[in-house]
Amino acid sequence: MKKKVLVLLLPGLLFLTAFMLVPIVITVGSTFVHDGAFTLEGYMHFFGDTFFLKILFTTLEVSLVTTLMCIVLGFPVAYYISRRGRRQKSLLLALAIFPLLTSSVVRSFSWMIILGKKGLLNNALIALGLIKEPMDILYTPAAMMIGLVHLFLPLIIITLVGVMENIDPDLIKAAESLGASRFSAFRKVIVPLSVPGLIIGSILVFVGSLTAYTTPALLGGKQKVISTFLYQNAITLNDWYSASVIATIMMAITFAVIAIMNKIANTLNPKG
Amino acid sequence: MQENNRGLGLFTLLVYLFLLGPLVIIALSSFEPGTVLKFPPTGFSLRWYQKIFEVEMFMKTFKTSMAVSLLGNLFALLLGIPAAYALSRFPFKGKDALNAVFLSPVLIPGIVLGFTMLKFLIVTYHLPIYTGLLVGHTVVMLPFIIRVVESSLANFDFAVEEAALSLGAGRLQTFFRVVLPNIKSGIIAAVLIAFLESFNNVDISVFMTGPGVSTLPIQMLTYVENYFDPTIAAISVLLMALTAVLMFVIERLMGLSYFTKR
Repeated sequence: MKKKVLVLLLPGLLFLTAFMLVPIVITVGSTFVHDGAFTLEGYMHFFGDTFFLKILFTTLEVSLVTTLMCIVLGFPVAYYISRRGRRQKSLLLALAIFPLLTSSVVRSFSWMIILGKKGLLNNALIALGLIKEPMDILYTPAAMMIGLVHLFLPLIIITLVGVMENIDPDLIKAAESLGASRFSAFRKVIVPLSVPGLIIGSILVFVGSLTAYTTPALLGGKQKVISTFLYQNAITLNDWYSASVIATIMMAITFAVIAIMNKIANTLNPKG
Repeated sequence: MQENNRGLGLFTLLVYLFLLGPLVIIALSSFEPGTVLKFPPTGFSLRWYQKIFEVEMFMKTFKTSMAVSLLGNLFALLLGIPAAYALSRFPFKGKDALNAVFLSPVLIPGIVLGFTMLKFLIVTYHLPIYTGLLVGHTVVMLPFIIRVVESSLANFDFAVEEAALSLGAGRLQTFFRVVLPNIKSGIIAAVLIAFLESFNNVDISVFMTGPGVSTLPIQMLTYVENYFDPTIAAISVLLMALTAVLMFVIERLMGLSYFTKR
C-alpha cells in the first residue's frame, strides 16, 4: 500500500521540490548568509531605509484599504445574492465570477481608460462642472486601490455567498418572530455566522493586494509597491540579493497574515 | 427566503455596475476609429481588430501562450491526477501535510515564485527560457488540477472500483475504465480552470521573457507602456469572449459551486 501511494505521489512531489521548494528555500537561505557567515545585514539595510519603509507602508496601506472596501461593498451584496431565488443567484454569481476569470491586464487596463487625465471620469466631472482642471487619479495610490478593489471584490462576494447560503433561513425567521427587527436579525444572526467566510475572504483579498503585480504596475505609475519594487530590483537593477531579501519579506508578511487571521478564526470559532 | 429590500437591491446594482462597467467600456472603446483610445468612441470601426492580426508580436506571443498553457496543462494533469487519486483514495500518514505541499503554489506570492524560478530554472539549472516558462506554468496549474480532481473524486464511490478489482480487472485497467470515466467532467473543468489561470498569468511570465520569447499578457503590458491606441481594447474583447466561452463550459460541467467553496 505504501509503495503504491509513493509511486503516485512521487512525480508531482519531485517536480515541486526541484522547481519550487528548492528555489524558494535557497533564495530565502541566501539572504542570511554573507561571506560564509550568518548575517541580518540585508534586512537591517532595508528596515533602516526610509525609501523602502515608505514602499512597505504604502503597500500595507493600499492592501488594508482595499480589504476594508471589499468587505464594505461585498458583504451586503453577498447577503443580497444569497437570499435570491436559484436562477437569479446563479446569474449574479456568474456575473461576479466572469471578471474574476478575466485577465488582470484587461481589468487594470480598463481603469486606465476611466481614470486617465483625459479619461471618462475627468471628462464627466468637467462636463458636469464639478471640477475645472482634470484631476490626477491615474498613477496614484488611489488608482491602485480602485483597481485592486475591482480585482478582488468578486472573490470576497463569492466566498461570502458560499458561507451565507448555508445559513438556515429559519434562523432569521425565528429571530424575527421573536421580535428582532430585520436589521438586528441581520446583525445578530447573519453577521456572526458569516465570520468564517469573512476571514477567509479578507485573507484572500489582503494577501492578494499585498502581492499583486499587474494592477500596481499599470495603475501605480512611479508609485512603487513591494511587488513592483521586487521586480525593479530583480530585472531593472539586476540586484538579486536585494530582490531575494524583498521576496523573503513578502513571504514572511504573507504567512504572518494568514497565521494571524487563522488564529483569530480559531478563537472566534474554537470548534473549527 | 427572498430578501426584497429595495435599498439593498439598488446597492447590489451599483456594485455590479462598478464590476462590469469597466469591461463594457473597454469593449465599446475597442470600436474607436481614431488612433487614440477614448470613451465614448467617436465612431465605429473594426480596424484595431484587424491590426491585432497584423502585429507579429501579438500573433507570436498568442501562440506561445497557447502552447505553454496547453502543454503545461498536460504536464500538470500527468503529475496531478495520480497525486489527487492517491490523496483521495488511500489513508496514510502525513496526508494533510502532503496535500498542503501540493496546494502551496497558490499560497506563495506569484511574483516571488516568478523571481525564484528565474534564479534557478534559467540561471542555476540552465533551462532555456521557453522550458522555464513551461515548467513555471505547470507549477502554477498543478494546485488547480489537484483541487478540482480531488473534489470530483470526493463524489466518486470507490466501492465501484473495488467491485471491478474483485472481478479480476487490473489496477491500471480499473483506473482507466472505471475511475477516470466517472470523473471525466471534473477533469475537463480542471483543465479549463487551470488553462485560464495559466493563460492570464503575469507573475511568472514577466520573469521568463527573453529574446523572442514572451507571452500575450506580457506583450500587452509592454504595449500599454508605449502606446495608447485601441489595439489592447480589441484584444481584451477577444480574451473576454474566450473567458466567457470557457466559463460557460465549466458551468455546464460542474456548476459554479467550485468558485464559492473555499
